[in-house]
Amino acid sequence: MPEIKVTPLGAGQDVGRSCILVSIGGKNIMLDCGMHMGYNDDRRFPDFSYITQNGRLTEFLDCVIISHFHLDHCGALPYMSEMVGYDGPIYMTHPTKAICPILLEDFRKITVDKKGETNFFTSQMIKDCMKKVIPLNLHQTVQVDDELEIKAYYAGHVLGAAMVHIKVGSESVVYTGDYNMTPDRHLGAAWIDKCRPDILISESTYATTIRDSKRCRERDFLKKVHETIERGGKVLIPVFALGRAQELCILLETFWERMNLKAPIYFSTGLTEKANHYYKLFITWTNQKIRKTFVQRNMFEFKHIKAFDRSYADNPGPMVVFATPGMLHAGQSLQIFKKWAGNEKNMVIMPGYCVQGTIGHKILNGQRKLEMEGRATLDVKLQVEYMSFSAHADAKGIMQLIRMAEPRNMLLVHGEAAKMEFLKGKIEQEFNINCYMPANGETETVTTNPSVPVDISLNLLKREMALGGPLPDTKKPRTMHGTLIMKENSLRLVSPEQALKELGLNEHQLRFTCRVQLQDPHSDSDTLHRIYTHLKSVLKGYTIQHLPDSTVMVESIVIKLSSSAEDPNTKVLLLSWSYQDEDLGSFLSTLLKKGLPSGLC
Amino acid sequence: MAAHLKKRVYEEFSKVVQIPHEEVPAKKLRLSKPSKSAALHVDLCKATNSTDALQYLLQFARKPVEAESVEGVVRILLEHYYKETDNSVRLKIASLLGLLSKTQGFSPDCIVDDVISTLNNEKSHQVLVQLLDTLLVIGTQLPENPAVRQRLIEVACKHLSDTYFGVRIKCLQLLGCLGTVDAPLTKDNEGQGMSTGGVRDVQNVISDYFGDQDPRVRTAAIKAMLQLHERGMKIHQIIYDQACRLLSDDYEQVRSAAVQMVWVLSQLYPESIVPIPSSNEEIRLVDDSFGKISHMVSDGSWMVRVQAAKTLGSMLQVSPHFLEQTLDKKLMSDLRRKRTAHERAKELYTSGEFSSGRKWADDAPKEKVDTNAVNLIASGACGAFVHGLEDEMYEVRIAAVEALCLLARSSPSFAEKCLDFLVDMFNDEIEEVRLQSIHVLREISTHITLREDQLDTVLAVLEDSSRDIREALHELLCYTNVSTKECIQLALLELLKNLNKYPTDRNSVWKCLKFLGSRHPTLVLPLVPELLSTHPYFDTPEPDMDDPAYIAVLVLVFNAAKSCPTMPALFSDHTFRHYAYLRDSLSHLVPPLRLPGRKPLYGLDSVDSGGGSGSVEAAHLFLQQSLNRVSTVQNLEAPGAQDLLDFTIRDLQRLGQLQPELAGAADFSATYLRCQLLLMKALQEKLWNMAVPLCLKQNATATAAARQILEETYKLEFLYSGLESRQVATIHHVRLQAKALQLVLTARTRRGLEPLIGSCEKFLQDVESFQRLFLTELPHLQDSFVEKLLELMPRLSSCKPAELVKILQTTLRQSGLLQLRLPEQIHRATATIIEPTGESDNPLRFTSGLVVALDLDATLEHVQDPQNTVKVQLLYPDGQSHVIQPRPGDFRKPGPHRHRLITQVYLSHTAWTEPCQVEVRLLLAYSSSSSSSSSSSSKAGWSDSTDSLPPPEAAIEGTIPFSKSVKVFIMPKPARR
Repeated sequence: MPEIKVTPLGAGQDVGRSCILVSIGGKNIMLDCGMHMGYNDDRRFPDFSYITQNGRLTEFLDCVIISHFHLDHCGALPYMSEMVGYDGPIYMTHPTKAICPILLEDFRKITVDKKGETNFFTSQMIKDCMKKVIPLNLHQTVQVDDELEIKAYYAGHVLGAAMVHIKVGSESVVYTGDYNMTPDRHLGAAWIDKCRPDILISESTYATTIRDSKRCRERDFLKKVHETIERGGKVLIPVFALGRAQELCILLETFWERMNLKAPIYFSTGLTEKANHYYKLFITWTNQKIRKTFVQRNMFEFKHIKAFDRSYADNPGPMVVFATPGMLHAGQSLQIFKKWAGNEKNMVIMPGYCVQGTIGHKILNGQRKLEMEGRATLDVKLQVEYMSFSAHADAKGIMQLIRMAEPRNMLLVHGEAAKMEFLKGKIEQEFNINCYMPANGETETVTTNPSVPVDISLNLLKREMALGGPLPDTKKPRTMHGTLIMKENSLRLVSPEQALKELGLNEHQLRFTCRVQLQDPHSDSDTLHRIYTHLKSVLKGYTIQHLPDSTVMVESIVIKLSSSAEDPNTKVLLLSWSYQDEDLGSFLSTLLKKGLPSGLC
Repeated sequence: MAAHLKKRVYEEFSKVVQIPHEEVPAKKLRLSKPSKSAALHVDLCKATNSTDALQYLLQFARKPVEAESVEGVVRILLEHYYKETDNSVRLKIASLLGLLSKTQGFSPDCIVDDVISTLNNEKSHQVLVQLLDTLLVIGTQLPENPAVRQRLIEVACKHLSDTYFGVRIKCLQLLGCLGTVDAPLTKDNEGQGMSTGGVRDVQNVISDYFGDQDPRVRTAAIKAMLQLHERGMKIHQIIYDQACRLLSDDYEQVRSAAVQMVWVLSQLYPESIVPIPSSNEEIRLVDDSFGKISHMVSDGSWMVRVQAAKTLGSMLQVSPHFLEQTLDKKLMSDLRRKRTAHERAKELYTSGEFSSGRKWADDAPKEKVDTNAVNLIASGACGAFVHGLEDEMYEVRIAAVEALCLLARSSPSFAEKCLDFLVDMFNDEIEEVRLQSIHVLREISTHITLREDQLDTVLAVLEDSSRDIREALHELLCYTNVSTKECIQLALLELLKNLNKYPTDRNSVWKCLKFLGSRHPTLVLPLVPELLSTHPYFDTPEPDMDDPAYIAVLVLVFNAAKSCPTMPALFSDHTFRHYAYLRDSLSHLVPPLRLPGRKPLYGLDSVDSGGGSGSVEAAHLFLQQSLNRVSTVQNLEAPGAQDLLDFTIRDLQRLGQLQPELAGAADFSATYLRCQLLLMKALQEKLWNMAVPLCLKQNATATAAARQILEETYKLEFLYSGLESRQVATIHHVRLQAKALQLVLTARTRRGLEPLIGSCEKFLQDVESFQRLFLTELPHLQDSFVEKLLELMPRLSSCKPAELVKILQTTLRQSGLLQLRLPEQIHRATATIIEPTGESDNPLRFTSGLVVALDLDATLEHVQDPQNTVKVQLLYPDGQSHVIQPRPGDFRKPGPHRHRLITQVYLSHTAWTEPCQVEVRLLLAYSSSSSSSSSSSSKAGWSDSTDSLPPPEAAIEGTIPFSKSVKVFIMPKPARR
């Protein structure tokens, strides 16, 4: 049986450094190539030595597909392609291709320039890597080679995020990347057609969460911001540069517009401006509202949101500031936080997940005194709010996607093991399909049951149709006779005659004959007539002929009679039928062996 | 048809004039008949190849064919059809056959046989489709012919097994449109070797195709079934299972149709019991289907989602606990399998198994729970609306909001529950959705009482910069109930903030507070000292009476005081003074109060407060009596009659002021009577006794009267809504009298016969059209001017103008007053310009030659079709006037019979030296041809038949000013060089 093998090199029962190897129909595909935020050593990147100990990866991989531009999905790409060595095609969507190098460059700068690491990929490597990228369009089927084809679907999550459908022959796998089943202020919801893949590889970040309605959260968020502004406080929103930041910007922008608010909103600069530029360009990837209104006004051209300058933090009066990074562990957001933490009128809103050990994590857990470097302590008086604006599908969303795609098997990645376990149980119970959750380095093998396409000759089909009515009826399966020819990787079903002709063979007839002894005191012709009438009464609906040359024909079966020389009462019947009439022939022989009923005239 | 009938009736009445008119087109028709079919025949014979033939047919199809010649044409077409080998030509012929059978007055049953026989010989699938389509047309044309119907159904059944999907679709359509329950069908299906052609009915046959391999055929099958339902046939319940299976079809159009099908069945068999698969429980069918359709709200295709969301709104019989689940995304219970597990599952949820994403780390793993009890995709209606309201497409969201509204209106408990969700929608990104949800909340607000936190979120929207949203919200607040006095305070505070931020909302805010006060008198009571800032010992300074915010507070307090007699005791002295002032200046906002030690200020008050239904009845009676009294006016002498009319008019006008309910009726009657009065006065002028040459000058008043009557009649006809044809006839009658008067006057003043002949003819035409339009009303017009005129009609149409004038003069003077009968409801169209107020002394300055936009805000009441009729007129001081047609999008409809016009008027002028006032007013445009347009437009359809019907009387168009004009100071400055 053919198999599909899935091996996560990263993101197996874990979040971060997504990298999944799939072997399908003899093709090896790498899905995502990310890095881990939590590590600074070798564990940062996936272990490519799993694929090969030494040498380049090109010959082992047919293609690499990147689902979206987050670093935990694409951070290891230059490392893999340039340092480990891979020259094959890399696929990603247009927005991903545009934004990915910006983030990679930023990542490189921080690691090399700030932390002073060596042996890291260079700007040139990023450029070289991006040259190998082939862009994808949504719903466009791309032929990687003769057999392997991939197709991207919209995934929500961030601009340009895609789910990919990978197909070899009739086997297929869908990899979701990160996706979002509820639309937000700037992106739509993920959508996939009923492609019924053999395996659906889904992220499961929020496997145990069912979120409140998005509107509640938005309303709460806006209300909190509004209230703080009204009493003259300052609001700090630590964000990562791309994704949620844009959503929140649009949310606040439209709210300011609607409510005629005047307080300034600042966005800490950096790579954001470049990225915003791409958001403006890739309008087709956004949601309905933005797509429909961009002719009048591009929503990403913010009226109320201005660039932030370090000195603004000390300005009096209310303001809202978006600052990077999102977990308050370093950089501008931390600086501003330190300045504002002392005033209870101010507020910090954490819009997403915070890793353990960061200040964000600490204050969310209620710590009111923070130790800073140099033994200084910081009293946290400002209000701390948490708003989950994460754009991952929740449990219900994952189930919804499964319902949309109707996969035959399910494989969970990109989530915590305990939570996955729960969801796995749910999926198995609800959909009655197998669900797997391999850890990193574990290989999960799924046997598939591919359908084998067979060409049927038109003549044969027409002949069958003429026999049994035109429409296939699911309630009544029909059998047909034909010859299957397997030749050069192709399968054809043709009529036997044609097969013989093609193979240059003569047709051989196979006939069965059988003798049946019968005790009958009548003369030969009478007996034959008696047989004729008997058969006529038994086999209704068959053509039975009494031919003048003293034979009886039942369809194409010949029955001859000869009386034995010794005993005129013992008649010998000769039955002869061809192989095709085997059923009827054997029925007749058993019938006649029982003898003729006495009541026959 | 109506036009035909009218014409025939018309013929009988006025034989003399009309017969020559009628004969001409008839002759033409007869002439053209043979030529048309013959021409086609020749053309088709000439055609050498199929392209030519196709061209001829296409040309032919552009022209209409008369009913009489259709059959000939059909024969020729069929003849050609048999000869034709090209598929496309045959296809075109088939489609032409269908087109021709639609011809009015042609009965297509004669060609059924031919079409069916061609059908049997046809090989091409496409042509077959077209032929079946033709049969479908024929079938729908002959609804009362069971024989034809039966034959067509047989044909359809026979071709159902065709291999081409188009043929199957058409057959299903045929069955859907023509199939009957009573006639069982023999399914003609020898091909499959069915044992014996079982007797099956249409529904059975159609439902076989629910499982067809082609999605288009599946859709057609469901649609055919729905068609059967629409035709009043009862769909069998067996289909339910099949329909439910189709809900998970791969193709969206099938799913969409299946949603409809399931809905239809749920309406037909709401109470029947269906089993739940994989368990032995049973539930009501309507609940089951509700669950299934709810499921479709999270379908992959947004068309299906819209369909499903809309459908949910109309399933009112669903059980409450199912209904409530639609709002519960978190409830993962498998309620359908274990009803007792419902509560347990809920507990599981609340025990924190799922995190809501609102609090940090609330999804940290906790102790293991029994996962069997929780379903993630619950099979029920879980969260359908939560999904629908969060959908990406705003179409789905609107559909969901509307569905919520419908369901909530029928279930108070559900209304309570959906409140939070609706309030959330106030924050939607699309304004239309926000507006819709506010409207919905208003509609269901009778069921709900807002809690403080809810009110808080509702009130947050008051700061919205969109005026529509704010006004919708004010409207909503007018109808809401709140629970505590804090709520009132909160609402007042926010409204005052709103007033401060958007001063243009003044009226709307005041009105809102009026209702808020009168709804919650007991809640306002404890707030009064604080609101009026009174103090038990100290006198507080008197607030500024011009402050809109203070007025707002007073409006709230006074309206609450109306039903709370203890409240006035808390007022300070100046409050009473302010009451008197406001009662006078803003009487629509401030109710009459019974204040201790004070006389009612007006007699008016007692009418109002003593009011109730009794006074309305009394007023009505008075109105009737006055009208009856007037009917005797004929018997009086001239001066007495005029006095009586004068008094009655005055009475009626006063009545209209006192009784707003009867204002329309009273006004209408008064105007009518004024017409009569004018007529009477005109006829009693001395000039009638004078010799013609002498009265040239004196008849100025009479001419003016005639013109005024005409104007008034247009007002009567178009300014009032709710008129029946009886009243319209009366109005037209008066107009006819006025026209007669005009004619007589012209005859007396002008010299020369030429113009007179023209106007006489015109008048006669008017009489005729009157007769035509109000044929049914003629019996009521006994002893009237028209009746007399019609009696004399034969003589009139033949006599000379001078004689005609003489007859008219006598008839006019003899005919009496036609009594007015009032319809049930009659309303006068009114318009009030709210903005510009005309109070501003600051002129609007702009550079001359350029335009300046003037914001106009007006409410219109009882105006039908304002988009087409309401216009804005600008009158410049130099006498220039501009009429501007507002855009249709500028009209909003906040309530029944009420419209709101918010638009911008662009003005421009050359330079002035001083600021001057421009008058702005609203006009109601009318055109008198609208009433008779139906007959003329249907004629116009026969485009190239040049039958000469008398041209429709020249449409009289005009405008009636129906609002007070507002003066705006403007100052065009010369352009600076």
